[in-house]
Amino acid sequence: MNSKENIKKIIIKKPLTLDCGKTINNYPLAYETYGKLNEKKDNAILAFHALSGDQFVSGTNPITNKNGWWSYAVGPNKAIDTNKFFVICANVIGGCMGSYGPSSIDPTTGKIIGTNFPVITINDMVKAQYNLLEFFKIDKLFSVTGGSMGGMQVLQFVANYPNKTKTAIPIACTASHSAQNIALNELGRQAIMADQNWDKGNYFNTSSSPDKGLAVARMAAHITYLSKKSLEDKFGRKLQERGNLKFSFDADFQIESYLRHQGNAFVDRFDANTYLYITRAMDYFDLIKQYNGNLSNAFNNSKTKFFIISFTSDWLYPSSENKEIVIALNASGADVGFIEITSDKGHDSFLLDIPDFLKSVKNFLEINY
Amino acid sequence: MKKEFKIIAQLIESNTRVLDVGCGDGTLMKHLKDNKSIDTRGLEISKDNVQTCIGKGLAVIEGNAEKDLQQFPNLSFDYVVLSQTLQAFYNPEKVINDLLRVANKAIVTIPNFGYWKIRLHLLFKGTMPITKNLPDEWYNTPNLHMCTIKDFFNFCSKKKIKLYKSIALHEQKTSNINKVNINLKNLSSELGIFLIEN
Repeated sequence: MNSKENIKKIIIKKPLTLDCGKTINNYPLAYETYGKLNEKKDNAILAFHALSGDQFVSGTNPITNKNGWWSYAVGPNKAIDTNKFFVICANVIGGCMGSYGPSSIDPTTGKIIGTNFPVITINDMVKAQYNLLEFFKIDKLFSVTGGSMGGMQVLQFVANYPNKTKTAIPIACTASHSAQNIALNELGRQAIMADQNWDKGNYFNTSSSPDKGLAVARMAAHITYLSKKSLEDKFGRKLQERGNLKFSFDADFQIESYLRHQGNAFVDRFDANTYLYITRAMDYFDLIKQYNGNLSNAFNNSKTKFFIISFTSDWLYPSSENKEIVIALNASGADVGFIEITSDKGHDSFLLDIPDFLKSVKNFLEINY
Repeated sequence: MKKEFKIIAQLIESNTRVLDVGCGDGTLMKHLKDNKSIDTRGLEISKDNVQTCIGKGLAVIEGNAEKDLQQFPNLSFDYVVLSQTLQAFYNPEKVINDLLRVANKAIVTIPNFGYWKIRLHLLFKGTMPITKNLPDEWYNTPNLHMCTIKDFFNFCSKKKIKLYKSIALHEQKTSNINKVNINLKNLSSELGIFLIEN
């Protein structure tokens, strides 16, 4: 792994009072940019990452040496064309890619913060990232976009700052985390906390970290990002480098081997405590409740032009939940477009090369620019 | 742009809010937006058409009028347009009621099953009529509730829906429909265009 020292960061001096009541200041926010900010400063797009993402949207992630999480969508001549647009993405607070999070060092004690980190919310993440506008001296963004938890941040951003972006594209998300979503996140958290190495979050003091727990959390979550059909098509009952069942608990099936690989690769780049904090923030997300039971009120004052996108096979944030956002926007008289993209790749579709999806995003951005 | 859309556009006042139900590729919406400063929204069932509309910068939602009209609040538009789709719904009466809930005025166009060519087709051939406006076979047509101009005219009077304007279209020519000429227009027109009010 490469050093994280070269990551771009701003130190945010302005105090931020979190939803939990605590105030933070002088905290780092790590970010990356793609493309160039034009003179009029009207071509900036703020992209929000999802649970396991980071600020490295496109190109090669310098830390993992893998492609950025949205490489299919963001880049020169791509759906979000960096020849035209200036794309900014920050690591969320609570994250583990340079922004203020549980793996940061507390300057007063010189120790890693761990579970002394305050419980944060999607709202807190968005408020922290709003400082980027000031940093880049951007009065109004051209667009805000993101999938999954990134989409939740899009909704929160427009609710908080109704006229700070011309357009908004929330993708495969929800306005309120469902019981099923919370249940799946709790499964992941319990897997981490059940790992002895977790040690109530103080694993930094020892040489071992809760890799097994985090890997299991990632495996379970990964299943929810796929669809039954995509699993069937990709793996079926195919065996892993063997002709017959071994009558053991080794990874006989390709799907087992794949999930184990996903779990193991994840622990190399992700912090277990960050996983706890970010899933918690997602669970707490309920924009409907924030606006007293009426989601329309979240968008009443906004002139932002919305484009909502869902995927047919996404059962984690299904079309029905995305449509609730559309309904609320319509009720508030907002300018909103909606399309459900046909894809059998599940929730992960927004990260993949789905031509209809990418074309929709490109068309929407370019006609509105 | 086809004649039908030109007539619809003439019926709509500038600077209003319009919902186009079954907006297709957005031709009418774009015209209204560009030429009459109208704030338009569309509802469209076909994904391809929604893609096209989004690419034109139109605010279009993928959805089915019978299910998805519900989401629009009462009187949230000045006009709602329904072009040649009424006959394809399971419950056209409910859709009409919903249109007049969402907007005070609705423009509904109807392919006329009473047109003389259609009548002759059925009379002499004895099979379900196939015409330019109704190109599908009986077994694959999306049309469930075909009606005539006269049927719609009578429907409005029975349901106490105000018929603000009734226009017959035949080969690019328009004429007004009224109580006196309804039987003739019902025979000679391919399409009826109605501006109805609550």
